[in-house]
Amino acid sequence: MSEVRLIQIEEDIQADNRIEAKKVRSRLAETGTFMLNLMSSPGSGKTSLILKTIEAVRSIGSPAIGMAVIEADMDSQVDAETILEAGIPAVQLRTGGFCHVDSYMVAKTLPSLDLEPINLLILENVGNLICPAQSDTGAHCNVMILSVPEGDDKPLKYPLMFRECEALVVNKADYLQMGDFDMDSLCRRAKKLNPEIEIFEVSCKTGAGVQQWTEWLLERIGR
Amino acid sequence: MHELGITHEILEIVLRYARRHRVTQVSKVLLEIGELSDLEQEWIQHYFDAISRGSVAEGARIEVKKLPCRFFCRKCGNEFVTTLTKDEPLICYGCGSEAVEMISGSEYTVKSMEAT
Repeated sequence: MSEVRLIQIEEDIQADNRIEAKKVRSRLAETGTFMLNLMSSPGSGKTSLILKTIEAVRSIGSPAIGMAVIEADMDSQVDAETILEAGIPAVQLRTGGFCHVDSYMVAKTLPSLDLEPINLLILENVGNLICPAQSDTGAHCNVMILSVPEGDDKPLKYPLMFRECEALVVNKADYLQMGDFDMDSLCRRAKKLNPEIEIFEVSCKTGAGVQQWTEWLLERIGR
Repeated sequence: MHELGITHEILEIVLRYARRHRVTQVSKVLLEIGELSDLEQEWIQHYFDAISRGSVAEGARIEVKKLPCRFFCRKCGNEFVTTLTKDEPLICYGCGSEAVEMISGSEYTVKSMEAT
């Protein structure tokens, strides 16, 4: 019987995904398209924030900014249809039961969009605070939403998500007076994980804070 | 579904090294997973058993070594381990500075394997 050998491997499990993500970024660079990866729990307002952002980009006086949306969902077309109604190109990315979007899925979806006129491409990731944080999608910037009803303790439960995002949009701020959500605690906990994180208090329902968030985003994409 | 996708990647890496080293049977696979990356050994093993059937990796035991969140203090150079899921300030255990950066804890690595 042959002897047991110890074989050193030292390979990053996600190395292939990271390489593909780089290719996605190169592809987007050809057309000057900036991709935003928007992540959150189900029901915290990703589609609502996208709609409000589209509206705000238009009203801030940047009609020249071409936008499009990739709607990732396990299996549904509802969100893509909502975006299309707003007059913005949207494609559905069905993850087929997968809990997050990876760069391969994005690479397969890009050819169905005419990227040339698109300056801002928003990827609405699958509603989930765990898995999407672990996967590079090829986006230039990760942003997360936490809605007030979810509670201010979420950084303690999902630290990686808060670490991976450049900005945190605290949505449903109109609920702030109704419960025991402590904004200061949330900010302290989020900044502990990610001292650079930008935090925006927003209500997609009333429109409060949408402008500040959109101005930051436009600055971030260089417009 | 997350673990299943990850397990496919792990198996692919293992089989690539098995071919390279002309292995006939893989008996153990060691993963190093950072505390923040959060993978459950039980599920990885379960999926690995299912998808490795008929390959040289069939029957291999998956061992997960969890790596804690390790920090480096930019002020005093101290290194320390802490957890990020506790609600307490993140400061250097040595000098109390907040100028600390994480140096490990998000690993996602196939470290090694034992094989014949």
